[in-house]
Amino acid sequence: MSRHKISLRVNGQSYELEVEANRTLLQVLREELEMTGTKHACERGDCGLCTVLIDGVPTKSCLALAVEVDGREVTTVEGISKGEELNAVQRAFIEHGAVQCGFCTPAFIIAATAFLKRNPHPTEEEIKEAIGGILCRCTGYRQIIDAILDASRKV
Amino acid sequence: MKYSYVGKEISRIDACEKVTGTALYTADMKLQGMLYTRLLKSPHAHARILKIDTSEAEKLPGVRAILTGEEIPHQFGIYMTDKYMLAREKVRHVGEPVVAVAADTEEIAEQAVELIKVEYEELPAVFDPCEALKTDAPLVHENLHEYLHAPFVFPKPHTNIANHFKLRKGDVERGFKGADVIVENEFNQPMVQNVQMETHASIGQWLPSGQINVWSSAQSPFAVRHLLSVGLGVPIHKINVQVPYVGGGFGGKAGLHWEPLVVLLSKKAGGRPVKLVMTREEEFNTAAVRQGMHARIKTGVKRDGKIVAGEIEYIWDSGAYADYGVNIGRAAGYSCSGPYEIPNVKCDSLTVYTNHPYGTAYRGFGHVEFHWAIERQMDLVARAIGMDPVEFRLKNAALPGCITVTGEKLREDCGRVDECIKAVAKELRWGKKKPERKGTKVRGIGIAALWKAPAMPPYTSSSAIVKLNEDGTATLSISLIEMGQGTATAFAQMVAEGLQIPVEKVKVVSRQETDYAPYSWQTVASRGAFMDGNAVLRAIEDARGQIKETAAELLGVSKDKLTLADGKVLAEGRPEKGLPLGTIATCGILPSGSGIKGPILGYGYYTAEGLTGLDPETGQGLPALMWTFGAQGAEVEVDTETGEVRVLKVVTALDLGKALNPLLVRGQIYGGVVQGLGTTFSEEFIFNEKGVLLNNNLTDYKIFRAPDIPDEFVPILIENPKHNAPYGARGIGEHPTISIGPAVANAIYDATGVDLYDLPMSREKVWLELKRAEGRK
Repeated sequence: MSRHKISLRVNGQSYELEVEANRTLLQVLREELEMTGTKHACERGDCGLCTVLIDGVPTKSCLALAVEVDGREVTTVEGISKGEELNAVQRAFIEHGAVQCGFCTPAFIIAATAFLKRNPHPTEEEIKEAIGGILCRCTGYRQIIDAILDASRKV
Repeated sequence: MKYSYVGKEISRIDACEKVTGTALYTADMKLQGMLYTRLLKSPHAHARILKIDTSEAEKLPGVRAILTGEEIPHQFGIYMTDKYMLAREKVRHVGEPVVAVAADTEEIAEQAVELIKVEYEELPAVFDPCEALKTDAPLVHENLHEYLHAPFVFPKPHTNIANHFKLRKGDVERGFKGADVIVENEFNQPMVQNVQMETHASIGQWLPSGQINVWSSAQSPFAVRHLLSVGLGVPIHKINVQVPYVGGGFGGKAGLHWEPLVVLLSKKAGGRPVKLVMTREEEFNTAAVRQGMHARIKTGVKRDGKIVAGEIEYIWDSGAYADYGVNIGRAAGYSCSGPYEIPNVKCDSLTVYTNHPYGTAYRGFGHVEFHWAIERQMDLVARAIGMDPVEFRLKNAALPGCITVTGEKLREDCGRVDECIKAVAKELRWGKKKPERKGTKVRGIGIAALWKAPAMPPYTSSSAIVKLNEDGTATLSISLIEMGQGTATAFAQMVAEGLQIPVEKVKVVSRQETDYAPYSWQTVASRGAFMDGNAVLRAIEDARGQIKETAAELLGVSKDKLTLADGKVLAEGRPEKGLPLGTIATCGILPSGSGIKGPILGYGYYTAEGLTGLDPETGQGLPALMWTFGAQGAEVEVDTETGEVRVLKVVTALDLGKALNPLLVRGQIYGGVVQGLGTTFSEEFIFNEKGVLLNNNLTDYKIFRAPDIPDEFVPILIENPKHNAPYGARGIGEHPTISIGPAVANAIYDATGVDLYDLPMSREKVWLELKRAEGRK
């Protein structure tokens, strides 16, 4: 497998890496950068749990090759808020009981934060569509939707 | 009674870690020298293993250990010791692991797997549990007569029956003779999967010293430790099982899973830690699933609506192994009637081996399955005698004083299914005029009741430890695993209440470790809030007693004159003399400077009270620690042209005794309902004729997504307290999933006049039934 030099910016930090051509962004984040907040649960784009932002756009990192992301800006759950200060979506998730086992939570936080930037005053239907690509088995989505609606009112 | 913390809508104590992505799960862990595992799996449903050639794989650089079934003679299992880690002599289902490779990287392990050659000789396979009961059916386990099993399991050697649970109450023949109308129906449902978002993950290490360390996505660290010890013949004190956060379990991570395999690989690799993370495909094919079920129900009823006899047969497709499945068949058997009193009942619940993937616990543990049959049957019987389904259910409801199918007389404080049924009916505007048909769309409402007790042996226990810290904060250690259900938060509220300190001052240790944590049997069966909760209450009581002893000596007052408030111990009538809890946490300090007493460490336990084994011939006895009763209702809109069913509203009423934290209770209800809707509409294992699963991924196996959820959820929390429960609370983790299927199907009938007997009710199935009904007209 050919190896490629890439430079990534992840959560505002620069990384110079040498990766094999078939390595996904998800693998690089979890295994090489040891940022395990981004989860993997299917590795074929079905579950959305590996969602990160690439240049601000929610993307399934299991479907992005690391070499494709060369020179781009990646945001993971580790970089979505500033230090101990949680963002409005995170706070709303806590308040509304939108978290259960927590395994899908980082993906929803990432997707919802980006979505509210694009659409600050969404309807419930728009929220359902926006998070429709991410699976959760615990919550039944109700409190996740409530949290995002509430965050949109507070942003 | 007013409480400061219990019953309040307090946010989860682990939420911050989870929204910041810092909560650690087993798959996130990396240990020094760690190896990675890939599995070679069987392509056949039933075949003899003739030869395994691993020589090429062994030569691959980076391969550190290869294991085949030949090297692992041990059998494992919680109730039926029938499970091999790797197939031995023969494979019993497609996807069964045959060879395991541990290597420096997952990629190397995968390459090694591709270099392994296995020769098989295919054997006749059996997939339908009813076929598997026939005398000429291929045997899945020839040596069933040699297997060890729990005393309450009754296998039939030299057949495919892993367990035959029998229940006989009253005289069923006489009951049917006295019936005015007899209604008999059959119902089916396929295998489905838990689909926890976190796939099974384990790390095992078997050190040369004999010490075994396990990190696992397990629901029950002590069960893992015990079953590892029994299976491997290793003393328990040499095994330490750690469980970080668990990304959903729903029963699928109860008992033992792949922990022995990684431990044995580690031994072969000289003690290096070995990790196995199941792929999503392996979750469907290789890890455990929920059993399929075929039900036949015959009900005898009087014209006045009283059920007089029931003959019930549950036949479970347990798949290739039944280590957990045997108890699912048993639990469904001893609850077989649903929440109704029936004087004469005969039930046979058969757990049957087939060449499908193997069954295990999944939220509801047999009850989702049998309520599908019972609660559909209730509507069909009501219709046969021209009675309203709500009235019919109320007429037969299992109320305090009634005798259950196992001969238990329900106590006054058992909870009220009638209140649940009435609450749901009211919310659905039962009996009111139906909305007009809109074009091709018709609406209907349906109801279904439910009951479930924790399904477990009669002798399980739990324990808890509360430590008071030097600053007046407290640390609670339990072994209940937090996999999303929120029990740890409810326990933090109990500690806050008991010690009168804010919830923020209570820590519940989230990472469990058997070397340090107090014992708890398993995190299953909706038993945690009740059993571990009782242990926590007793630990708090113990700590309070110790606090008061120290304070009494320091303050020179008797213990019974002391109260706890605002983080202090206060003497009656002398508020100025309050001692902050922190000042006596490690010992009391006399004015002279001398220390008295010692660190406050409260211990409590709870052992299931008064349960008995069940008579092997009649199933009579007391299996139920507590019943949680409930009812669910659905309003649907069916498009008669397309077969599409839209769920407008789902109502769930549970008599939970006391909502310890209504915010989290609602979360359990929403989540349970939506899981139930998946089972109802879209989830189903689809096999080809060779037993190959065709939809082993989340594209083709559909679980609900956000746009699919009902327009409206109505949770109704009914609080008739249970006498010996923490604050009166019953378990409710599983219950919101149980009767969704029949409630929806009953609503579909109400809307369209079409009856459905098999799950899932896909759009195609509904459409076909609608067309068939049109044809009949």
